[in-house]
Amino acid sequence: MSTSMLSAPFTRSELQIQSIMLTVVLALAPGTAWGVFIFGWPALFIFIVTVASAIAFEAACLMLAGKRVDATLLDGSALLSGWLIALTLPPWAPWWIGVVGAFIGIVVGKQVFGGLGQNLFNPAMLARVALLVSFPVEMTVWANPISPFSSAAPGLLDSIAITFGGLTPADGSTGATMLGWVKTEFSQGRLLDQSLATGDYGFYKSLLGWTGGSLGETSALFYLVGGVWLLKKQIITWQIPFSMLATVALLASVFTLLDGERYPGPLFHLTSGALMLGAFFIATDYVTSPNSPVGQMIFGAGCGLLVYVIRTWGSYPEGVAFAVLLMNSLTPVIDHYVRPRIYGRNRKGKPLELPEGRE
Amino acid sequence: MALFDIHALWDGKLFDVQSLLPGKPFEFKGLIKGNQSKIRGGVHPEPRKEATADRPIDTGFPLPPMLYLALWQHVGKPADPVVKVGDKVLKGQLLAVSQGLVSAPIHAPTSGIVADIMDYPSAHPSALPTPTLLLEPDGEDRWMELPEKIDPFSLSPEEISLRVGAAGVVGLGGAAFPSAVKLNLGRRTKIQTLLINGGECEPYLTCDDRLMRERARVIVDGILIMLHGLGAQKAIVGIEDNKLEAYTTMRMAADELSEGKVEIALVPSFYPMGWDKQLIGYLTGKEVPADGRATDVGVLMHNVGTAYAVQQAIRHGKPLISRIVTVSGGAVGSARNIEAPIGTPLASLLAHCDYRPEDTARYVMGGPMMGESLPHPNVPLVKGTCGILALTQEEVSASNAKSCIRCSRCVTACPVGLQPLEMVARIRAGQLEQSLKFGLKDCISCGSCSYVCPSEIPLVHYFKYANGELLTRDQANHKAEQTKKLAEEKLARLERQKQEAAAAAAARKAAAKKPKITEQAA
Ligand code: SF4
Ligand code: SF4
Repeated sequence: MSTSMLSAPFTRSELQIQSIMLTVVLALAPGTAWGVFIFGWPALFIFIVTVASAIAFEAACLMLAGKRVDATLLDGSALLSGWLIALTLPPWAPWWIGVVGAFIGIVVGKQVFGGLGQNLFNPAMLARVALLVSFPVEMTVWANPISPFSSAAPGLLDSIAITFGGLTPADGSTGATMLGWVKTEFSQGRLLDQSLATGDYGFYKSLLGWTGGSLGETSALFYLVGGVWLLKKQIITWQIPFSMLATVALLASVFTLLDGERYPGPLFHLTSGALMLGAFFIATDYVTSPNSPVGQMIFGAGCGLLVYVIRTWGSYPEGVAFAVLLMNSLTPVIDHYVRPRIYGRNRKGKPLELPEGRE
Repeated sequence: MALFDIHALWDGKLFDVQSLLPGKPFEFKGLIKGNQSKIRGGVHPEPRKEATADRPIDTGFPLPPMLYLALWQHVGKPADPVVKVGDKVLKGQLLAVSQGLVSAPIHAPTSGIVADIMDYPSAHPSALPTPTLLLEPDGEDRWMELPEKIDPFSLSPEEISLRVGAAGVVGLGGAAFPSAVKLNLGRRTKIQTLLINGGECEPYLTCDDRLMRERARVIVDGILIMLHGLGAQKAIVGIEDNKLEAYTTMRMAADELSEGKVEIALVPSFYPMGWDKQLIGYLTGKEVPADGRATDVGVLMHNVGTAYAVQQAIRHGKPLISRIVTVSGGAVGSARNIEAPIGTPLASLLAHCDYRPEDTARYVMGGPMMGESLPHPNVPLVKGTCGILALTQEEVSASNAKSCIRCSRCVTACPVGLQPLEMVARIRAGQLEQSLKFGLKDCISCGSCSYVCPSEIPLVHYFKYANGELLTRDQANHKAEQTKKLAEEKLARLERQKQEAAAAAAARKAAAKKPKITEQAA
């Protein structure tokens, strides 16, 4: 539609969808690079496969729907979705996991709903949960971080075999994530400080991301920095990340004070798993989060609560994906009940009372 | 982030203001006061005021060969001509009288001959012809006899309103609402504070800025006269903090003339700071109820240009026959503010400023955020025109709407607190009534939402369309109801007539029978 210029305003801000998407991608880049750095070639392969299939699926859907392919593809949303899906995958997952993930995210998660802006659920989280439920084995092989300069790092050929050839990684090169480790250890009756010690936990290691996990579950620091940069660029607002992280931190503080033997503290939670990625990049997804600031606070707090509950008492060690999806389903409800107050009206939409003594 | 951008204050302005106010180095913090919390929404469009802000008002605009005075250039009823074609008139002479309670008269901007009264393209997006009086200047520019100068403060408040009304003064900020009607309302409701809008938050426009810089004393005098006419004691002038020179000049004039009655306040610059309700909230902390007026919370707002026109009308007996208008835009070679007679074709103003028609992609009357697009500039200047812009293709960067990504930028930007994305979704789906539930009727068409939308969705366009459509439907419904009512009334009338006829017949019968009965009884 090109009627816009018939009617004011005759000027508009420079910011367009494409630049928003590219800024987000840029903010993700350091964390992603770190993931590839510590997990080696297979991580790069699965990343490329996933992103490329996401773009290919998007193009195919647009073609089938008879929409303009080039213009819509260029908006960068498929690139971003694909990127986020790749970050949720185990770095040494076989190639078809990436393809199936991209299919679920783009086709089922987005295009079936009618394309950009229409989906109810976050495509990347939908893909992750569907994969986790359908392929629990492949989705829980966590490579241990390893310096690419070490001789134990898989070489190019081995890496190709890991991603494309179904090669089972060597013994000892994989392990559990820290969240998973603490959980299984506890179920076997071991106390927190023991399991942290045997799991070789260190706060700075965890912050930097020298730990097993999916590509995006490594470096809390890099995602935090990227997220703060997005805040500064006004691509995202502070409400969701703040309320989500604050809720997790608050709950973790309360429970660790109640029973320090069993519940890890807030710093452990904040630097572990996909929380930083989730708070700044996933939960803040425009399409699937509420549109009023108050609604966003509620949404973020809900995500935080669910993450903590699932991590602590659920059957999965990490809960960001489930938490975000559950809150996504509440977004329409939140949007319905939490609206900004209209000028001159009360929250119910009735005009404000006239001041005393005025007719 | 759409609220008041604190960082903008630090872009060196802190030091500017100190050097502008010698001896008062720490006053700046005290200047920006007000109810930050009352500010809602808003955007920061590129100001683009540099081209005109530092050039003095051009008062040497040559009289055009013909002036086109639209009879309906204010809110209310059109004016009714009291001169005939061929009449010779003097500058300032009454040409058309106001009709009814809300209306405004029209006066001759110069001396000359009434050439015609005909339909001529109007200053409206459609440029549809409306009744217009054509005045051919005789070049002498001879004033009618002006009344002797009087002391405004010796007049009664009612007399002030009468004179303001008789001088044809209307809101010069763009609304063109008859000022006398507003003054009367303010006096009747005993408002406490007169607010003067010197916000001018639209990009490009600088006519109020220039007026304040060059004629501050006249404005302050006009404000004092209005205060007298209102029986109020206090006026606050809100000036955006990007107009520091206007601020200092006004402040000096107010200090000198107003004995503390006129306060000059700096307000943050963003769009739409000049929305009257935004300014009321910021300066007084009050919020106008949705079904009320500003006077309901004890304030009245006028524009600085109106204060100027009021002063001219009362002190000098000069009716409103000219105004200051910003001529700017990328296709204008030598942009500036011009004091031009009402009725001047906008094309002559543009030509006077060396504009390039071939580079003009769009003519805009008013500012780019809320102004109207004109199909061509051959329409006359009206009292409410603040600016005429000739924008180039780059300035109106062509756009194509994409899908809404629900980024909620429009929600944050809306000064009213609406959810433009929800309204537009309903309108696009054809559910116009649904969009009412989201407050469509409260939309002020400020354009902030369209401005920020990264998907370039022309949101305001949809809202205007929906409001128009709903209005038409309401009218159609109303008409249908009226017709139904008339039909029902007719049926009822017929029924009644039938019954009456029957009753009359029965009565006749009964009357005819009566004697019998009497007889029988007897
Ligand atoms: S600004 Fe545009 S894209 Fe963003 S939510 Fe509003 S309508 Fe949708
Ligand atoms: S045009 Fe209407 S909906 Fe859009 S920002 Fe202005 S008031 Fe809000």
